[in-house]
Amino acid sequence: MFVDLAPQPIRPEVEVERTLSYVDAVREATDQEMARDPGVLVYGLDVDDPKAIQGTTRGLLAKYGAERVFGTPLSEDAMTGAAIGMALAGLRPIHVHIRMDFLMLAMNQLINVAAKSRYMYGGQVALPMVVRAMIGKSWGQGAQHSQGLHSFFMHVPGLKVVAPATPYDAKGCLSAAVRDDNPVIYVEHRLLHFQHGPVPEEPYQVLPGKARITARGCDVTIVGVSAMQPEALSAQRYLQNTGISAEVIDPIWLSPLDIDTIAESAERTGRLLVVDNGWVTCGAGAEIVALVAERLMAVRDLRVRRMGFAPVTCPTAPALEALFYPNARTIAAAARDLVEARATGWLPDEDPHLQRVDFKGPF
Amino acid sequence: MYERLYRSLYRIRRVEEEIARAYPSDCIKSPVHLSIGQEAVSVGVCEALRPEDVVFGTYRGHALYLAKGGSMPRMVAELYGKATGCAAGKGGSMHLAAPEAGVMGMSAVVASTIPNAVGYAYALRYRQQFSPHPPTGGERGEGGPAIVASFFGDGATEEGVFSESLNFAALKQLPMLFVCENNQYAIHTHQRRRQATLNICERARAYGISAERIEDNDVIALYQRSVEIAARLRAGEGPFFLEVMTYRWQEHVGPGQDYQLGFRSAEEAQPWIENDQVRRLAEMARPDLRLEIEEEAEAEIAEAFRFAIDSPEPEAAQLMTDVFKEEGLACLSI
Repeated sequence: MFVDLAPQPIRPEVEVERTLSYVDAVREATDQEMARDPGVLVYGLDVDDPKAIQGTTRGLLAKYGAERVFGTPLSEDAMTGAAIGMALAGLRPIHVHIRMDFLMLAMNQLINVAAKSRYMYGGQVALPMVVRAMIGKSWGQGAQHSQGLHSFFMHVPGLKVVAPATPYDAKGCLSAAVRDDNPVIYVEHRLLHFQHGPVPEEPYQVLPGKARITARGCDVTIVGVSAMQPEALSAQRYLQNTGISAEVIDPIWLSPLDIDTIAESAERTGRLLVVDNGWVTCGAGAEIVALVAERLMAVRDLRVRRMGFAPVTCPTAPALEALFYPNARTIAAAARDLVEARATGWLPDEDPHLQRVDFKGPF
Repeated sequence: MYERLYRSLYRIRRVEEEIARAYPSDCIKSPVHLSIGQEAVSVGVCEALRPEDVVFGTYRGHALYLAKGGSMPRMVAELYGKATGCAAGKGGSMHLAAPEAGVMGMSAVVASTIPNAVGYAYALRYRQQFSPHPPTGGERGEGGPAIVASFFGDGATEEGVFSESLNFAALKQLPMLFVCENNQYAIHTHQRRRQATLNICERARAYGISAERIEDNDVIALYQRSVEIAARLRAGEGPFFLEVMTYRWQEHVGPGQDYQLGFRSAEEAQPWIENDQVRRLAEMARPDLRLEIEEEAEAEIAEAFRFAIDSPEPEAAQLMTDVFKEEGLACLSI
């Protein structure tokens, strides 16, 4: 689990007393949407088993019954196609995948059918469906349990993509995704599941297309995607000690992307570092940097940098895996180099207060 | 009954002949996969369905779209790339849809709509349980609830999603009819060169689904069995599988023939052509009604082409619309 980091501004105008885990936030959003709308159902491998997808579907079977909450055969392709059929008939399915890697078995339905149906039938149909996809990390998740493939889905018109990083956004984004009349890929990171944070009890929506500034600063803009958001916030603390003031942004929704908030920040700081929980090449970071560069060209000098997975397959040995991912210290180092426009060689000493405690497995 | 079958067969055959005739003029801006020779499959099943029943099909979908009640002028307009097309000029021949008639979609990627049909069938039953209001195109009529029919070719049975879909439909005992339109060829490759055993029904039975084969493209036998099967499905009996033996007279895609390519012979086609179901039903229909049916269909076809030719092209602004649906966000879906 994560040690509590710097207080993360959620919605500054709202005081929230209650604290919830990311897992419970996902479960509560699902529960509230199912209670509100009898057309909402949740299914996928093991959603009704005793572990209930890390607890995110716990209690739903007993409350809503086996027609609305069910485990499926190991048939990601057909079950994704079935979600499309259900959505065409006016239901609002939530299809759960305990690993994002499994979505590769369903790409035909997601890309060729879900993303395209409304357009290729001339607007006659709508597909209100949510695909929950979890990214694994640490404890030997390795090649096929760790991939952050959200950029695949950002690439294709007709899909929305969201990657909430906090319990507050986990609940608000899932509620918004369920109510959205379009296919939404909802990306969860397994380690974010252990986050705790303020979550209002009543239903609310964190709507598509609005990023959140999670720390104010003026020297460099750091965009952290999914599990890289808490790392970026820790990096901001490391940088504080050197006198560098970093602004941290969580895009939350990757498609549609709120480039205005990011570009406005980059225009102020003149330095943009995007840290993705995925590979760099053709990734979310490439897109964000390109959009900002297009916008600020001839407006302001801009220095940019992308960080993400090392350009290799994710290894399992801890000694190698630690090098595969960016972390708060390497992010801070990259940000400082960007600010000083040189390779400083600086890497902050590890601060136990900013140290992330990894999950200890087994899954 | 013969007249109804003949009406549907005749208008499909004739509009596709007209499409083939118009094709070289380059007015049709879409690849066309003609159903000529295979009309009986769509007609035999769809005549046994009700307007509120739902079908999913393939890129060879003109026959299914028309047999289920899709608008002919809007289909021809879609082929012409016009704004009045059934997909507003954004789908073409391979992506016909008419939700108001229960035609829910067709895919250019083989087997892709099979699981969509399965999901729709799940939703139909779900909504009976959880809502007094069934979905659009699925009103509960007299004689039982709506059902779903999924049309696909013999090639689709080789895709993994076919097996996955059959398993789930059987597991959940869904009210749906699988219709395998077996014309024996995947483009130019015979079933014998693609499948170790040719008995597709046996594969369906292996999943616990009742299956039957209709021989000789027999539209009357298919219609009669479809009526009985539809009643069983409406009564809550699980899925059913039909394999219908048929034959594609034309080339895989395009207006012409392909016997010159050498992968099949005109001799192989001959018995199928002699067993033409359009001619068979023409001879069975009452002569006076037959004439009336043909005259009506010819007028309808002429009007459909006129409508397509006279219709405007889509406005430039239409390029960017219909990516997402953004209205009516918070209302209950049931």
